[in-house]
Amino acid sequence: MTGIVSFGGYIPRLRLQRKSVAEANSWFNPGLKGQAKGERAICNWDEDAITMAVEAARDALTGIDRAKITQLVLASTTLPFQDRNNATLVAQALTLRHDIQTLDITSSQRAATSALIQALRGLRPGELALVIASEKRRTKAASPQEMAYGDGAAAFVLGTEGVGATFIASESEAVDFVDHFRGQNRDFDYAWEERWIRDEGYNKIVPPVLKRLLDKTKLAGDAIAAFAMPCTLARVVQGIAKRVGIAEERVRDQLGAECGDTGVAHPLVMLAHALEQAKSGERILVATFAQGCDALLFQATDALAKLPKRRGIAGSLARKKAEANYSRFLAFNDIVAIERGMRSEVDKQTALSTLYRKRDMVTSLMGGKCRKCGTVQWPKSNVCVNPNCNEFKSQDDHPFAEQVGRIMSFTADLLTYSPDPPACSGMIQFDEGGRFMADFTDVEAGALKVGTPMQMMFRIKDYDTMRGFVRYFWKAAPAA
Amino acid sequence: MATGIKDKVAILGMGCSKFGERWDAEADDLIVEAFMEAMQDAGIEKNQIQAAWFSTAIEEQHVGKSGTPLAVALRLPYIPVTRVENFCASGSEAFRGAVYAVASGAVDIALALGVEKLKDTGYGGLPQRGRGHLNNLFIPNMSAPGSFAQLAAAYRAKHGASPEDLKRAMAHISVKSHDNGSRNPKAHLTNKVTEETVLKAPLIAEPLGLYDCCGVSDGAACAIVTTPEIARSLGKRDLVSVKALQLAVSNGVESSHNSWDGSYFATARVASKRAYNEAGIKNPREEVSLMEVHDCFSVTELVTMEDLHISPEGGAIKDVLDGFYDHDGKVPCQIDGGLKCFGHPIGASGLRMLYEMYLQLLGRAGQRQRKDAPRFGLTHNLGGAPQQNVCSVSIVGRYDG
Repeated sequence: MTGIVSFGGYIPRLRLQRKSVAEANSWFNPGLKGQAKGERAICNWDEDAITMAVEAARDALTGIDRAKITQLVLASTTLPFQDRNNATLVAQALTLRHDIQTLDITSSQRAATSALIQALRGLRPGELALVIASEKRRTKAASPQEMAYGDGAAAFVLGTEGVGATFIASESEAVDFVDHFRGQNRDFDYAWEERWIRDEGYNKIVPPVLKRLLDKTKLAGDAIAAFAMPCTLARVVQGIAKRVGIAEERVRDQLGAECGDTGVAHPLVMLAHALEQAKSGERILVATFAQGCDALLFQATDALAKLPKRRGIAGSLARKKAEANYSRFLAFNDIVAIERGMRSEVDKQTALSTLYRKRDMVTSLMGGKCRKCGTVQWPKSNVCVNPNCNEFKSQDDHPFAEQVGRIMSFTADLLTYSPDPPACSGMIQFDEGGRFMADFTDVEAGALKVGTPMQMMFRIKDYDTMRGFVRYFWKAAPAA
Repeated sequence: MATGIKDKVAILGMGCSKFGERWDAEADDLIVEAFMEAMQDAGIEKNQIQAAWFSTAIEEQHVGKSGTPLAVALRLPYIPVTRVENFCASGSEAFRGAVYAVASGAVDIALALGVEKLKDTGYGGLPQRGRGHLNNLFIPNMSAPGSFAQLAAAYRAKHGASPEDLKRAMAHISVKSHDNGSRNPKAHLTNKVTEETVLKAPLIAEPLGLYDCCGVSDGAACAIVTTPEIARSLGKRDLVSVKALQLAVSNGVESSHNSWDGSYFATARVASKRAYNEAGIKNPREEVSLMEVHDCFSVTELVTMEDLHISPEGGAIKDVLDGFYDHDGKVPCQIDGGLKCFGHPIGASGLRMLYEMYLQLLGRAGQRQRKDAPRFGLTHNLGGAPQQNVCSVSIVGRYDG
């Protein structure tokens, strides 16, 4: 039996209020007022498709032995590197085994569902595959996409044992229907008329695929308990459901009001959200429209309810801060040229040889534990830091990324350059030992207190705008 | 068995440039300004100097590396010149090099000179710059005030001090240093400020406001040292001799081991004890006459009062607010205005502190002269951040030999 063993999600904490976007831009595009409802998820300045992928994967790996993961597939059209295996960076951040298969799947909104199909078909008995979808699309100011899109990620652990949702079947169709595209080295999508996309695209391409899937599984539409399919056009999915015999109330909510369409990640975000509410035996149909269609059918098992507690999509949606400052969103995404000041001009070149040598310390947040005195410390070093020990070459690897620490000291720094001042930082001390000075993220300066529990999150440390490199490290955020 | 540095070396002359935003001056101009004063004070010829130690910290933006900037600026006659850098304690390190050279008997007369030309960055505050390939990958994004501000949160948590009391004591420190700076013509900042002004100033790094931070200044300071015997043979009557020179350097315990609570400087506690021992001081609160400490930020000065074992632990707020460290208090601290108002040209600062102690001990400090004759002057010169730093504690005093 092949299927979903575990799943997780990550929606960034900041939620841009669509009203603020419409208010700022309606002088130019009064039509935006029609979309000015609810909020959309936006990345903090230090988040991107990589960092969200890591967070979604950590959530999905709750209770999973990471050493059993033999394959990692990362699906996204917004990966920060065109030539650098992004999935391998994520694998390093997750401290997965070194002898695993890593693969980026990109260049289509179907990337995530196609990645799921590939991974499910290739699974060998006893192995686990990790499929992550993550997306952060840039949009032009005052565009409908700016309103409709959201940032987010979801991750699935696939396997052949302990399956919480059995993979029943999938069906695909490839059609060179270009509803939108993003050319090489272009920042933004270019889209054709919505009515054509609806009538000639969704309505003609998707229903036959769903019908083929139902036919080959000998199921009627009413056998589907939940139908999850992203589409930013109003009521299109309900129409498709009706054509294949799925009742309208079985159509999953698009999460448009609280999150927005997370692109490649969205079918997986919606699937994860459906699984959070699914009962044993229920069938979930997930489909994606993009240059054709992917459709996958799953059936929840008894094991689903036994999964350990996780943040998931519901937890991510609950972990939020309303952002009413549209100008901040524009600055975070480099849509406006904000005066960053001379302090921002420091060269951020990364010595790639140093990063490679210290990849366990920096990318995995791996520390050390002294075999002689038991002192846990970060970074792992040649000489134990315990002043009563100081043994040479005595440390074994000790991971810190999943530990919760507490604030020992802090400040909110308005002098140093930060894309989102003040730059909050402080000493994080871990209960079982170890400490370090860390950047804080997703915090409110006025709410910092000594003793506050903090979790570590994988975030962007610096942008090297001169060379197009992105530097990642771990930061402290309030523990969930 | 080591016998320590006490009374083995005397100060033959000292000099200090005007500190401040010296738009008019290059580093070599500042070097010459401080050096000419010291030469006149010492009463020797340049060619009698046999070795020199030269301190600068942020060399990537002013004079560059090596001893050559000093040798070239003064046209020194091919003598040994060693550049030293130890964060903001660099000036004290130059002094230690010169003093140890004389004490060893290797040379008769040595020069220590520190200079920093900071005001060419195009913006206020210290230059923001890289910290090395590996450090750049993980050290948090914080300014100098950001790193020292951390003391406040930890100090409040440890001693149960209210944010208001701590902030008021910090304000008193800055008001006091501005008051002292107003009597110092070489100081960068000579304006007096009120407690209200300090408390209402814009925040730089919570809870440090603008007036909790020292000036970023250009300047140079220097010392010419020799043995007491040679000083006497050169006709010097009143001598100031070195009583103690100590340096403690963090080894990563504070930053990586949970034994440190973040509210104090582990290095300062060690270095000051060793210095008192070297100088033969039993009860520092009673015996130290004057102090120049590394008040890069008001909160640094506050916790340092405890680290130097002058105020009892947890007692600095009370001592500060009682005026214990004011210019007319029991142990004046920063009688020249300190880093806060005299200014902080990094490589020069340790030598500037010694310059003030030297003037005070000889009764040459003008309108800011301490009335009752000072016996021991202590300087505390710190570099780095609370969780990882170098701390120099020096004691000078009148030579009774």
